Amino acid sequence: MKSYNLLVTGVGGQGTVVASDILAAVGLAAGYDVKKSDVLGLAVRGGAVVSHVRWAETVHSPIVPEGKVDILLAFEILEGQRWLDWVHPEGTILINDQRIYPVVVSSGVSFYPHDEEVNRSLLRAAPNVYKVPGLEIAQALGNSRVHNVVLLGAMSHLTGIEPQIWESVIRQRVPAKALELNVKAFWQGRDALVASRLAGITGAGVTA
Amino acid sequence: MKVMLTGNEAIARGAYEYGVKVAMGYPGTPSSEILENVARYKEIYSEWSINEKVAMDGVMGAAYAGKRAMFTTKQVGMNVASDSFLYGVYTGANAGVLIVTADDPGMFSSQNEQDNRHYARLAKMPMLEPADSQEAKNFVGVALDMSEQFDEPVILRTVMRVSHSSSPVELGEPKRAGDEDAGRMKRDPHKFVATAGWARQRRPMIEERITRLAEFGETFPYNRIEWGDRSLGIITSGVVYEYAREVFPTASFLKLGMVWPIPPRLVRQFAAGVARVIVIEELDPFLEEQVRLLGITAEGKSIFPAYGELLPATIERCAVQAGLLPPGSVSKKRNLTPADLAPRSPILCPGCPHRSTFYSLNKLKYIVAGDIGCYNLGALEPFNATDTMGAMGASVGVAHGFHAAGMEQDAVAVIGDGTFFHSGMAPLLNMVHNNGKGTIVILDNRTTAMTGHQDHPGVSQTLDGLEGGRADIADLCLAMGVKDVRTVDAFDMKAVERNLKEAVAYDGLSVIVMDGPCVFVELERKAPFEVDADLCNGCTLCFRLGCPAIVRTENLDATTGRPKADIDPVLCVSCDMCRQICPRKAIYMPTDAMVKA
Repeated sequence: MKSYNLLVTGVGGQGTVVASDILAAVGLAAGYDVKKSDVLGLAVRGGAVVSHVRWAETVHSPIVPEGKVDILLAFEILEGQRWLDWVHPEGTILINDQRIYPVVVSSGVSFYPHDEEVNRSLLRAAPNVYKVPGLEIAQALGNSRVHNVVLLGAMSHLTGIEPQIWESVIRQRVPAKALELNVKAFWQGRDALVASRLAGITGAGVTA
Repeated sequence: MKVMLTGNEAIARGAYEYGVKVAMGYPGTPSSEILENVARYKEIYSEWSINEKVAMDGVMGAAYAGKRAMFTTKQVGMNVASDSFLYGVYTGANAGVLIVTADDPGMFSSQNEQDNRHYARLAKMPMLEPADSQEAKNFVGVALDMSEQFDEPVILRTVMRVSHSSSPVELGEPKRAGDEDAGRMKRDPHKFVATAGWARQRRPMIEERITRLAEFGETFPYNRIEWGDRSLGIITSGVVYEYAREVFPTASFLKLGMVWPIPPRLVRQFAAGVARVIVIEELDPFLEEQVRLLGITAEGKSIFPAYGELLPATIERCAVQAGLLPPGSVSKKRNLTPADLAPRSPILCPGCPHRSTFYSLNKLKYIVAGDIGCYNLGALEPFNATDTMGAMGASVGVAHGFHAAGMEQDAVAVIGDGTFFHSGMAPLLNMVHNNGKGTIVILDNRTTAMTGHQDHPGVSQTLDGLEGGRADIADLCLAMGVKDVRTVDAFDMKAVERNLKEAVAYDGLSVIVMDGPCVFVELERKAPFEVDADLCNGCTLCFRLGCPAIVRTENLDATTGRPKADIDPVLCVSCDMCRQICPRKAIYMPTDAMVKA
């Protein structure tokens, strides 16, 4: 089985830790040895959060080696930018198309990069980039809070693990009354992946 | 059946499986989740004590009464508890005592980076250090058994990386039956009363016990040699073992599960079997010094740094510099992240009651003796309103020191409600008794917020969900003899500023209780506020509140040329602070506008 170094980043409150818990459980269910590590910081208070998840035959360090991230799952654009150095030159970036302005930006002390700059830097970092409208899809389903499961759905398409394993882990971990909503969110996210691929600047086409 | 557990969850599970009956501690990152998870087991009495010393005494008391007991804390909390675990070494107990310290290499959420392995040597208490969650759970049982075998508390030391990382753990069933009986003390005053005459008689045993512990370590299954390539022998422990395994996959390893005392014969056997011995450990050369004391040539801090987390990338880089790895080993850093990327620093939540105090303190430019809690963010932009901070409860004592030195500048102490109960009451009473003068601001947001909204004696619900007694802070201060005690609505900007000025001007001791609940405790959401762009002239006064909901727009005022403000309706919780300070009355709650129209 191919081993994976995964990095999940976002803003405190977006559900990145729950997502990384699910990723860890998916790996375990698929037969991997798994370790994960959360750096919570002052996350509730709008700080940045990052979770490392590693799937391999045997995992020692719970931290992904810098420059060896196979899939960067970024819940927010600025937090995606923050970890580009860590992505493997042949890795994949899956980014949620959402901006949450830090106070230094909203108060005018600093700035938020524009879309073209963001896309350029993403494509420089990795050959495979997907920009998923996770929040939009969740809102269309009726609850913005399931956007983390939408993104997990999209991510499921990138690994060799069958979607049924993902679905069964999600079923075990979400509140009972939101079960069907979350399952729907997962499958819609999975369907959304291919269309969300970011084409290269050279005009390389989208491959289905 | 294996499940993913964090190190903290695993320790809590261990408490359940290995018969802990009483668990006490004080919140502190990265340890807080241990007790929160222990509290889910109804078989175990769990409490957030008022401070670590009280918790440690409680744990000793439970163990004197014949019940296995556990104390949890972060690294600096050991300092507060130390007076009480140091006697445990002399007295022993009638059941196992486990002390869990969760250290913070890298200082992710602490005021220092102290290496608590030194406590084992100071206290002459054995210490275990797990490398992952399975070991964390197993070591709870091992530590309690050792505690009963050697008749002294045992320390389990974890670090943030183990406490907050998850790895697979095999769950087990509780191992001890018959613990439902009432506690009972086997009386032994010559042992449990550490009066000089009796305690002195215990001294030779305490020294001799160290030798027995080292002997125990020789065959301790969690101290193990892993022979590999004999050219390099690495002595290590805890999560650093895992990092080193990644960086040196073929080397020989001596992995120590018990970091004090270390087993001399095993270490010598390992050293004799390899060409070069290096010690890889985070922070202090604690293992290195013990190894070298055995007369073994070992390198450690000459290669690896003594501060910060010792992550694999750092180990790799230092190893290449020391010639332990070929030069090509370190992957080149990809420089892709923009250098000027906006930081996302922590900030007070929208609606935080502390905001008004720091807005005013910034304006009034008083010297501020600060303390530990969410309000420590008052030191950062845009408030820049904290001058000193070092330990829990220090603010009040430091303010008293200002007075004793006759400091001429106006000053206040700022302390939270939880911190006040923890260690702020004693210094306040000290000021009363010693005729201290000053202004003590107690921020009462009705919770211990920063560490996860734990309870304290100012609120009534306890960790196990029961109604407990509560103390009123203003009443306490009056009872102590403070004459000038004011209670102020934290959301009334004018009242906050006026009371600060009056209290500082008052030639005596004042206490101001800033009363306002944390948004996580109580929040009445009204309609988000709005800015009337016609009235706003870009004066930017509202930005000095540092509220994440107040946004700078691209819309410049025609006269001033400065950017007008706007309010993010998703973040705004209508706390009313910005509306009060806007000199142009440009901020309003939508219903007001409807009345205007």
